[in-house]
Amino acid sequence: MSTDTPAPATPAPDRYLAVQRSDEFAGLRRALRGFVFPMTVAFFLWYALYVILSAYARDFMGTKLFGSNINIALIFGLLQFVSTFLIAWLYSRYADRKIDPVADRIRAEIGEVNHEDAPRG
Amino acid sequence: MRMLLAAEAGDTTARNLTITLFLVFVAITLAITIWASRQTKTATDFYAGGRSFSGFQNGMAIGGDYMSAASFLGIAGIIALYGYDGFLYSIGFLVAWLVALLLVAELLRNSGRYTMADVLAFRMRQRPVRTAAAVSTITVSIFYLLAQMVGAGALVALLLGIRPGTTFLGMDADAAKIATIIMVGALMIVYVTVGGMKGTTYVQIVKAFLLMGGALIMTLLVLAKYKFNLSSLLGDAASSSGKGSAFLEPGLRYGVEVASSTQTFYNKMDLLSLGIALVLGTAGLPHILIRFYTVPTAKAARKSVLWAIGIIGTFYLLTLALGFGAAALVGSEAITAQDRAGNTAAPQLAEALGIDFLGGDLGGATLLAIIAAVAFATILAVVAGLTLASSSSLAHDFYANVIKRGQASERQEVRVARISALVIGAVSIALSIFAQNLNVAFLVALAFAVAASGNLPAILYSLFWRRFNTSGAVWAIYGGLLAAVVLVFFSPVVSGAPTAMFPDHDWQWFPLSNPGLLSIPFGFLCGWIGTLVSKEHDEDKYAELEVRALTGAGAH
Repeated sequence: MSTDTPAPATPAPDRYLAVQRSDEFAGLRRALRGFVFPMTVAFFLWYALYVILSAYARDFMGTKLFGSNINIALIFGLLQFVSTFLIAWLYSRYADRKIDPVADRIRAEIGEVNHEDAPRG
Repeated sequence: MRMLLAAEAGDTTARNLTITLFLVFVAITLAITIWASRQTKTATDFYAGGRSFSGFQNGMAIGGDYMSAASFLGIAGIIALYGYDGFLYSIGFLVAWLVALLLVAELLRNSGRYTMADVLAFRMRQRPVRTAAAVSTITVSIFYLLAQMVGAGALVALLLGIRPGTTFLGMDADAAKIATIIMVGALMIVYVTVGGMKGTTYVQIVKAFLLMGGALIMTLLVLAKYKFNLSSLLGDAASSSGKGSAFLEPGLRYGVEVASSTQTFYNKMDLLSLGIALVLGTAGLPHILIRFYTVPTAKAARKSVLWAIGIIGTFYLLTLALGFGAAALVGSEAITAQDRAGNTAAPQLAEALGIDFLGGDLGGATLLAIIAAVAFATILAVVAGLTLASSSSLAHDFYANVIKRGQASERQEVRVARISALVIGAVSIALSIFAQNLNVAFLVALAFAVAASGNLPAILYSLFWRRFNTSGAVWAIYGGLLAAVVLVFFSPVVSGAPTAMFPDHDWQWFPLSNPGLLSIPFGFLCGWIGTLVSKEHDEDKYAELEVRALTGAGAH
């Protein structure tokens, strides 16, 4: 998979079309998009909220907590770190369980596809 | 407390130690480079390090490629001078990695080979798309390179304590600046032409460990000084900044509220514009994207992004302590006396901590020298990555696929890639010397804006939109690129302001310093319109791209 030495067998182009139209592949696409699209929207809105509050709600962001110098702006910023780490971990767990096995199965079904059929790239 | 950065003749200790440590780093990296050159035989070795790196190694290399002097010295400096707003910057830099993780890394790894254009041109007509991608890759990389190299030149004079009026090895500050730019340029050319991707990757890994080690030690010392009480560190930083609790809140650097309500409105728009470019730019930076080709599988590409998020996130948390630590222990007056932009805040903090913990001037000089050498290593690793990305694109996209129409042999291609690295390096040295006294710090943000406006729309449409075609890809790349560059050209960072690149001229009419808010939607819109005006559509090739991207079938 990682070698760049050409292998002999070359599947016909319509082979990919058939795979792409199979139910199994549609399921893989759904599994991937069903996770990454909503998650992208979620983290983007969460980040946008943070930037917008930083621009327009400075009194709120400056509220001090626990009688210390730690304010909401700092906590909100740190939560962006937490959410980034959390989403990365959730995705990796999801991909291991729901995406990799299906992708591996389909790849095995396609068989010894090699790179010579790729556009010179 | 003395804040000196080895200014006087008696402080040659720091200078000599900095130079020694730096030479040790150069010697080690050159040895690695020569070793790597013996392992570099095929085009895959040169462009992609033989795809033999592990997810962990590549994650560290991504960190080494990404954490530039702008993030180490720049963010620590912004926090030291403006407080909270530097943190805002680093959050954008970190969250951006989710775009790469969720939408780009694995699909790109599965369907591409050496460059960003491999994916963009997969189902398109090769020549127009690869030409556009090469233009965009080289533009983004050169902007970024200029900012790093000019920064390196300014930094060396400061870190070695060469002030106006004094000399070092017979060079005054200006000559030392030019010498540094040439030396940085020469080293990056050697790393890339000799070591290829393998050598460059190891240089970046070594740098990542040095940078993390240096930042970690300083953070621990700062926290130890405050008995690990974050609140008292923050309080001390706020009070010595002279700005009180405003120092711990957003608004001193970005989205500043001023007397004119129009200007306040623009300042806030500018903050949103910067935020969106930071978060969407990373996944469109060519020197980051080609790193995903150095691992064997998509799963390893995913692991590398996870490691990268871990190391980059940790690093930005450390810069928080460094920045506030510098504000508290060095103070903004001493920092701005060295450098108005605050780039010397971290080295100055190192000196203060060294005096405190290691004892006396010698301790100060030692820690300062270590951090200064780390800063040089940081710059070298980043510029090498940029040079590799642009020379790969010039050789693989433009020479092999546009000029030779895919008929070039591997050996020819690699030879052209090496020559390209030499040419790009030479051009960057010349441009940097020309720009050495101009304020070009904005070029990093511009590189992110171009990547987010031109490259990202083209990549996302390519991977996820069935209808997308050649015309759409070309429109998106050129549209986003031009919008970002033109808007910045007419913005206050280029002319019409005292801090502009050309402060004595005024052709400014665009009010924002960051173009992203307009140029990113414009790039996406261009890609959409460009697609609709062309009837071209290759269903078979789209099926092949989608199946290969999602399953890894036929991956290189």
